[in-house]
Amino acid sequence: MVVEPSLLSVKDLCFERDDIQVIDSVCLDVSDGEILQVEGPNGSGKTTLLRLLTSALTATHGDIYYQGRHLSECRFEYLSNLLFLGHQSAVKMTLTAEENLSWMVGRPIDCEELLAALDSVQLTGYSDMPCYRLSAGQQRRVALARLLLSPPKIWFLDEPFTALDRQGVALVEQCMQKHVDGGGSVVLSTHQPIAMDAVRRYSLVNQLSTGAN
Amino acid sequence: MNWNWNWFYRMGSPRWFYESTSRWLPWLGALTVLLLASGLVWGLAFAPQDAKQGNSFRIIYLHVPASFLALAGYFLMAAAGAIGLIWKMKLSYMVMKCAAPLGAVLTFLALFTGAVWGKPTWGSYWVWDARVTSMLILLFLYMGVLALQYAFDSKDVANKASAILALVGTVNIPIIYKSVDWWFTLHQPATISFTEAPSMHPDMFQPLLVMILGFYCFYAVALILSVRVEILSRERKTSWVRGLVKQATHKNLGAE
Amino acid sequence: MISNMGFLAFLRRDLRLINRRRGEVASPLIFFLMAATFVPLGITPDAELLKNIAPGIIWVMALLATLLSADSLFASDYQDGSLEQMLISPQLLVMPVLGKVTAHWLTTGLPLTLVSPLLGLLLSLPTAGYLPMMAGLAVGTGCLSLLAALGAALTVSLQKGSLLLTLIVMPLYMPIIIFGSATAQYSIEGLAWSGPLAILGAMLAVAIALCPLAIVSVLRLTTIN
Repeated sequence: MVVEPSLLSVKDLCFERDDIQVIDSVCLDVSDGEILQVEGPNGSGKTTLLRLLTSALTATHGDIYYQGRHLSECRFEYLSNLLFLGHQSAVKMTLTAEENLSWMVGRPIDCEELLAALDSVQLTGYSDMPCYRLSAGQQRRVALARLLLSPPKIWFLDEPFTALDRQGVALVEQCMQKHVDGGGSVVLSTHQPIAMDAVRRYSLVNQLSTGAN
Repeated sequence: MNWNWNWFYRMGSPRWFYESTSRWLPWLGALTVLLLASGLVWGLAFAPQDAKQGNSFRIIYLHVPASFLALAGYFLMAAAGAIGLIWKMKLSYMVMKCAAPLGAVLTFLALFTGAVWGKPTWGSYWVWDARVTSMLILLFLYMGVLALQYAFDSKDVANKASAILALVGTVNIPIIYKSVDWWFTLHQPATISFTEAPSMHPDMFQPLLVMILGFYCFYAVALILSVRVEILSRERKTSWVRGLVKQATHKNLGAE
Repeated sequence: MISNMGFLAFLRRDLRLINRRRGEVASPLIFFLMAATFVPLGITPDAELLKNIAPGIIWVMALLATLLSADSLFASDYQDGSLEQMLISPQLLVMPVLGKVTAHWLTTGLPLTLVSPLLGLLLSLPTAGYLPMMAGLAVGTGCLSLLAALGAALTVSLQKGSLLLTLIVMPLYMPIIIFGSATAQYSIEGLAWSGPLAILGAMLAVAIALCPLAIVSVLRLTTIN
């Protein structure tokens, strides 16, 4: 029997910053149609781990494999199939919601599809408004509308529930469910418990408090 | 899969550097003192007077070596930074970090002795001469690297950022020197050039050579000493540094 | 994942962003004019003397104006997370960076060049000097923008980065200011001014080739960590 290589596989990932081991020997696998929740106390390196996985940071040592191939061999392909939503949502204040969204999606997209996406994040009628007029939660929703339009296979969401009301949280969960049902995968970091099946947890411990150095 | 090498570089080198320099640093120090002392006595007391400038020319024995080292130090700093960026060697960043203030001080010394020399020769402490101006810009370049080094909270980022800045400066230095030369073509011909015969009288030139050698040794000693301090403070939590500290305290207690 | 990472895409986007805040474009220009006005007040209104120092003064002012506007180059992209998104795009970052720097030049260097005859007038620059001065400024401010972008990238994550940016970049400006003001000076003295201008052009070529590479590696370092 041939074992299908998992979508994303991480072996012994370490990251050191200023002589402090921020990430220590992380091993994890993400397969198709799976949600992985990275949890841990503040300062345990959740954001750092996500940044390592998106290759924004380079690991001190350890390897990342995408569909069984080492990341150095398939960097372009991996990055083309990846979506990252960070603490800051990359929403430009001076641009309108529509302009922001069409820039972030990054492919030619017709107006109706854009408006439909804004509708589903409850921003109907706000599409022409510059984003500095929107509330923090609404700005966050502009960024979340990306999730509805993005083809990438694997999503990395860093604290996606920040500044969202209950409806917003439900919306993100819906998006994730739809994505996973379509065979995509999600890696997210959050403290909040998620009301979904198919969530696997990965716990990080605070390296400093355990005295590891 | 070369992490084993990385590990070797990062963990092994500082300790190896510290221990091996402990062995031969005293010899290098003695050589430095010998060279500087003989060069100074020779240059200041025994070398003949200059026909035009009289005794005031003797400051050349400080000015020229300091200028040499100031420029060479910048390239050394940049090279150390480049090695750090490429091979991720911690020791190399430490060398770069220590070379910056040392080079800045030498540049200042070169400027200061130049000003002192300038008063009797040109009649003014400051003249916008090409080489003096280049030296001043070199001081600014050093200051930029130093300021950047201390601006970041994270040591790793500070090291890499100042390494890149030092490299950019290295690309710029030849351009700056050539531009300033072009800007002010009216200056004395270079004192020493390695391609032509020295224009100085051999009796004046030989002590200068000794002083230059002495300054190179002095630079090496000063750099090694400050890198050793840096190593101790960076690695203070490791067992070998703790062992050293224990040994030292034992010795002190035994002496009392 | 942003796949529209070309030169033109970023140029257009940055120009659009700057267009929404037109006031920011005007400030360096106004500074350029104001500071130059102070020179006759501080030194002398004597046209003979001003004529000699005009090219140098205009160049120093252009340099300061560029530096003043430089720290906004990456600041907003850093704060709202756009830079982080750029870093994880599959394409090379060189072209987007070049696009952003070009947008910066189009909104500072180019307007400075266009306004400079006004300054020449105020500082009684001889007629022969106008064209060479503008040509020199057009080429030289390109170099200024590229080096300023490098400084901006180095200091983007720092709280009080703008002063440090100035410290870092100023020494690197030395050759540009020498050959820039020489271009105008030569023409005033009736010499062939194409020489210094050509050297400025060569510097611009080197800067276009090397600066974006350096900026990209710096951004990878300073944006995240």
